[in-house]
Amino acid sequence: MAHSPAIAMPQGRGAYRVLVQRKKLVLLALGLVLVLSVIADLGLGPARYSMREVVLALMGSPEVSLQTSVVIWDIRMPVALMAVVVGAALSAAGAQMQTILNNPLASPFTLGISAAASFGASIALVFGVGILPWAIDYVVSINALLMAMAAALFIHFMSQRRGVTVETIVLLGITLVFTFNALLALVQYLASEQALAAVVFWTMGSLTRATWPKLAITTAVVAISLPLFMRRAWALTALRLGDDKAASFGVNVRWLRLETMMIISLLAAVPVAFVGTIGFIGLVGPHIARMLVGEDQRYFLPASVLSGAAILSLTSVISKSIVPGTIFPIGIITALVGVPFLFSLIMSSRRRSW
Amino acid sequence: MVATLQLTDVGVRYGRQEVLSGVTTPVLKGGEVTAVIGPNAAGKSSLFRRIAGLLDGPGTIRIDDGALRPDPGHVCYMPQDTSVNTVLTVYESVLLARKQGAGRKVTDEDLHEVDRILYDLQIEPISFKGLHELSGGQRQLVSLAQVLVRDPKILLLDEPTSALDLHRQVEVLALIRSLARERGICVILAIHDLNQVLRVADRVMVIDAGTMVSCGPVESVITPALLQTIYRVEGRIERCSRQSAHVIIDGPIGRS
Repeated sequence: MAHSPAIAMPQGRGAYRVLVQRKKLVLLALGLVLVLSVIADLGLGPARYSMREVVLALMGSPEVSLQTSVVIWDIRMPVALMAVVVGAALSAAGAQMQTILNNPLASPFTLGISAAASFGASIALVFGVGILPWAIDYVVSINALLMAMAAALFIHFMSQRRGVTVETIVLLGITLVFTFNALLALVQYLASEQALAAVVFWTMGSLTRATWPKLAITTAVVAISLPLFMRRAWALTALRLGDDKAASFGVNVRWLRLETMMIISLLAAVPVAFVGTIGFIGLVGPHIARMLVGEDQRYFLPASVLSGAAILSLTSVISKSIVPGTIFPIGIITALVGVPFLFSLIMSSRRRSW
Repeated sequence: MVATLQLTDVGVRYGRQEVLSGVTTPVLKGGEVTAVIGPNAAGKSSLFRRIAGLLDGPGTIRIDDGALRPDPGHVCYMPQDTSVNTVLTVYESVLLARKQGAGRKVTDEDLHEVDRILYDLQIEPISFKGLHELSGGQRQLVSLAQVLVRDPKILLLDEPTSALDLHRQVEVLALIRSLARERGICVILAIHDLNQVLRVADRVMVIDAGTMVSCGPVESVITPALLQTIYRVEGRIERCSRQSAHVIIDGPIGRS
């Protein structure tokens, strides 16, 4: 082969730089969609405000009435921002789950982490039993969080024992989904009518439970997790070339999986703990990101975060728009809107992403 | 100083089952190409994975890359299975291989090295194709680019030419040989085509049923007796010139 590049070598690097620029533009566009969606989300509700009013209120302009300002800042802002961070967290969790499990169907739901969280919450709602009795204000959330973490740890250590393979983890996840769904059904069967309604509503997922402290905690989890993932961007991308190849590049595959799994469980559990079960963001967000920017984690992760956040924010807008004055539980809307959307994307995509 | 590799009584166990044992080699030096031959399922891939540090087992593997402490990144392994299913371009995947264990920032030098290796392997026309769109042979070339771009000292290639056409086989093996010479890389290569072994290798290691049968210079190892005992084939070796020899199969086709 021509093993003396004395003659002019073709410049792939120019084309590569163009590719990188294009990916950055895609990220910018996603960010813009997200910002517009949040503004629309803030304007919608029992009282409707124009985009101009929302922007003026956000800037603290004296032109806006105090009432408008209070509604936007104190009532709608936590909910709108919760949609953003929950969407971001679930999508990032889904993206990394798909990466480490090498499986397009992986999401917090596939592995039973959400089912575990639902079961944990239902115990609190039905029997009033808290795993940590002193944290009475957050009893539902903490139960959900601890059960989700326990599920993630269980999956990890069981699969460690048998030598981690992708198939083992997915199979274990499926058994957990069935187990926790059965336990949830049992709790519902034993529940009083009032408690049953609470459980059902909780499992639907609703952003209206958002408060500033919950928002702060979720934001903190996202803010800590994302840099940890970004630091490992090259290694995580290498996992997609296969374990042997990644390991031969010097990646400690086992440790990377464990570390990533722990962060994922936190990212998946905290939102479920605060706002209930919200489906499909963890599945749809990463798939959109993959179609737009590919799987180089340096762009794939931010794109997943932004698309997840944008989708949940847009879903929040839709949930307020279907019947004016009524806010549908967002968990219902994500599934109804997300699935056809994903389906159309997959069918229209010329690039085979999986 | 060039890198060296020496195996002493190296083996591989999966649970209680021993799949490979007693592999001992002389000091394999940088610049040399050692071919590993043997029947299917003889333990060749296990040996490669053991040297690459992906499997545990008895024995010692002594790697000296000239540094006080050998850098594990200097051992590069190209697995036999090159199938991937990821949305990355060829260029990105080669850059990715180069950046492992390095900083996040992509430098001009990184891009230059990627360009050079794609050019050397003549795959720059497919630089911006997706990995999932490639043919088996193209995937093998890309996989080779990924290990070569890491500037290896010890290079373990598990059947790197099995999916390539004859022209590409000859060219890729010639490239591997010249890179070994120029950069002082110690190359270990699993390969089934004995004619290619005769052309490219300095030394041959024969693995059969989980043990090392022999290890030595090509001419003294690849003999009619070897064809008979290892492959159960009647044949002879005909030397045409100093650089070319052929394995000629004389026996009947099919079971006799």
